[in-house]
Amino acid sequence: MLKYIGKRLLMMIPMLIGITLISFMVIHLAPGEPTDLQTDLNPDASPELREKLRSQYGLDQPLHAQYLDWVSRIATLDFGESFALDRRPVIDKIAERLPVTIAINLLSILAILGVSVPIGIIAAVRQNSLFDRGSTIFVFIGFAMPSFWLALLLMDYLGVRLGLFPIAGLRSFGYEYMSTGRQFLDLLHHLILPVFVSAFGGLAGFSRYMRANMLEVVRQDFILTARAKGLSERTVILKHALRNALLPVITILGLSIPGLIGGSVIFETIFAIPGMGKLFYDGVMMRDYPLIMGVLVIGAVLTLVGNLVADISYALADPRIRNE
Amino acid sequence: MMVLLLSACNEQAPVAAPSAADSEPVRGDTFIEASIGEPNNLLPVLASDSASSAINSHVYNGLVRYDKNYILEGALAESWEISEDNLSITFHLRKGVKWHDGAPFTSADVMFTYKLYIDPEVPTSYAEDYRQVVEATAPDPYTFKVTYAQPYAPALESWGLAIHPLHLLEGKDITKSPLIRKPIGTGPYRFVKWDAGERVVLEANADYFEGEPYLRRVIYRVIPDQSTQFLELQSGGLDFMGLTPIQYQTQTDTPVFTRNFNKYKYLGFGYTYLGYNLEKELFRDKRVRQAIAYAIDKQEIIDGVLLGLGEIATGPYKPDHWVCNKQVKRYSYDPEKAKQLLAAAGWSDSDDDQVLDRNGKPFAFTIVTNQGNDLRAKTAEIIQRRLRDVGIAVKIRVVEWATFLKEFIFTGNFDATILGWTGGPEPDQYNIWHSSKTAPRELNFIKYNNPEVDQLLEKGRRIFDRGERKKIYDRFQDILADEQPYTFLYVGYSLPAVAKRFRGIEVAPAGIRHNFIKWWVPRGEQKYDR
Repeated sequence: MLKYIGKRLLMMIPMLIGITLISFMVIHLAPGEPTDLQTDLNPDASPELREKLRSQYGLDQPLHAQYLDWVSRIATLDFGESFALDRRPVIDKIAERLPVTIAINLLSILAILGVSVPIGIIAAVRQNSLFDRGSTIFVFIGFAMPSFWLALLLMDYLGVRLGLFPIAGLRSFGYEYMSTGRQFLDLLHHLILPVFVSAFGGLAGFSRYMRANMLEVVRQDFILTARAKGLSERTVILKHALRNALLPVITILGLSIPGLIGGSVIFETIFAIPGMGKLFYDGVMMRDYPLIMGVLVIGAVLTLVGNLVADISYALADPRIRNE
Repeated sequence: MMVLLLSACNEQAPVAAPSAADSEPVRGDTFIEASIGEPNNLLPVLASDSASSAINSHVYNGLVRYDKNYILEGALAESWEISEDNLSITFHLRKGVKWHDGAPFTSADVMFTYKLYIDPEVPTSYAEDYRQVVEATAPDPYTFKVTYAQPYAPALESWGLAIHPLHLLEGKDITKSPLIRKPIGTGPYRFVKWDAGERVVLEANADYFEGEPYLRRVIYRVIPDQSTQFLELQSGGLDFMGLTPIQYQTQTDTPVFTRNFNKYKYLGFGYTYLGYNLEKELFRDKRVRQAIAYAIDKQEIIDGVLLGLGEIATGPYKPDHWVCNKQVKRYSYDPEKAKQLLAAAGWSDSDDDQVLDRNGKPFAFTIVTNQGNDLRAKTAEIIQRRLRDVGIAVKIRVVEWATFLKEFIFTGNFDATILGWTGGPEPDQYNIWHSSKTAPRELNFIKYNNPEVDQLLEKGRRIFDRGERKKIYDRFQDILADEQPYTFLYVGYSLPAVAKRFRGIEVAPAGIRHNFIKWWVPRGEQKYDR
């Protein structure tokens, strides 16, 4: 097992280098530079200023030198300074935003699992029943509905008309004067709509997947054996079938870790939540290379770690994989 | 001139007449507005984004500023004299002004700011105006004098830039100063805190030299989506927002909205134009450009794209600006005249395919504009249709902003483009129209070259007298109107909505924000008690 993990960890290094190299080249291929925001179509920006800014950012160096410089710094975990005018360390910016995004995504994954696993089980157990068909329609509506549209709809009805939920942001006015308990409730109150919107779209995939796994498992011999032993249907489904049906779900969970970062742009923008998705999007728009690379590296590491975790848990659960 | 300026703002919704009980301004309450982007840098010399500028305008002062009628008045300077030869300006500074940390403000701060702006190590895009200064002196703590090599009319306005505190910045690396995130100025509001990605909080400066502002707190919330801003406004989470034409015309007539908000409307400084690449054979003939101007129905564009919330542009100045020449040649919608002019320029439909041609070449070109501005793309479509009526085939390309500039505008690789400029009260247009400004990345990218215009622009920035300047810029506008290097299309309105509880709002040519420190909320209507 240790050997397996060690091998996997070693394999991550060339993969990471490849990912950063390609990312670095691609973002430099896009037209425009970070200095353009300050200098383009600005009557007061002289050519000297443009050159000064370029050399300040190190953009006057050849591309390979810029990459090597970046790699040598990242090797010591120095993510550099953002090219945005505030020149803050990239790592600070990411550290500020990461918890929010992770919190929202964890909550929405929990919500997805909490809803889609039971839906999947019931739909499989009662295949072709009214519930099965109804849930199919329901989850596909969720799948087809653009999340920004759903968000605006909910904000308008539940936020503006009924006044039940805050519309945007993470905290109320006067948050700093609240007691800790109230602060927690306030945060939660602000998170309900975004988590709902981000979870709603994911329901379809997961519940369908759960249903399919379940259908496959209940047809297998050991389930027949369990039933033949006279176990109750409840025990058969929840104890024997569910455990096996959940196994592939682990893989999907591992694979969805990188999505925690990238997939949040739309609802973070709409709900005005200061998260990673928005940070990354703004970074791309401003050609803030160190920030883009910082987010990409963290995303890549998370992806690789996610895959590793999924594989390890798989290996733990299924000895056949370990032995190969 | 004043009459003309004021007559432009007679359509404003009047603020609710105050009753006797709430006619006396009181302090308190909070003003919350939204910012579409996160501010970048709250040190004015380095800041270049609008979110930062909006916040800095509360925190910092310049020596001068524009009043509600766009006339320069003193801010940190109490008064000033311009020498007879128009070469030097002597500012007399206010006494007793304090920085937000309590340190006194003196001419040394002004001197430091001047040196900061011209320091080659400081990456600022505001240096140009200050490089014109040949000598700056501070003979005593409350006097500051600058001398120019030749008279420079935009000089006085240029001293409206924020003055920076010497005692906090001297000898430090400006790009790493803590003031970037925690500004300290002399302005009516002092900085309290900045929650990254969320909000910036300012509170009233009790020691402000013009008196403490009535509104105790100003909060900028970062809300990156305009629809969200609008929903947030309706739910009461915002007190102020600039509306889009469609929101203004069709989504704000609800009883709830009219009960809670006042809408205002005044001309903004931005105008939109169709600019021709004058190096292209197709557009060399002035008659062709005039013909296109006649073939476009500008009012149709305003009605269709801005839902009527704009005015026809006839030149680079908005119609209620003192320098705007009302007598310039106008091009009313007249397709017949357009066809005559095109025929005179040698274009005819010889092969009966509904497209004009000359020497076997059809009259076809592409309008390129940037993505992300729907109004421009729609404008292009309306123009396309109208030009088809007179036999001109137009294609439209909408391109991402950075690519648009790099691949098309700066390389001169375009036929025509729809773009806009946002100016300010200062009428100098040297950078956009002077023939020396045609290098790559410079603003005269249509390569306009007219010796008389060059001469007028050079002269215009050397004369201080408003009457004399107007004569020069009148002639400049006459030439542009006749030659049509741009077909000027429209000037849009600014359309702010403000919560009704705010009193003291006064609409003027400069908009509604000019007397912000005098806005107040009657005690009984105050919404936030801290």
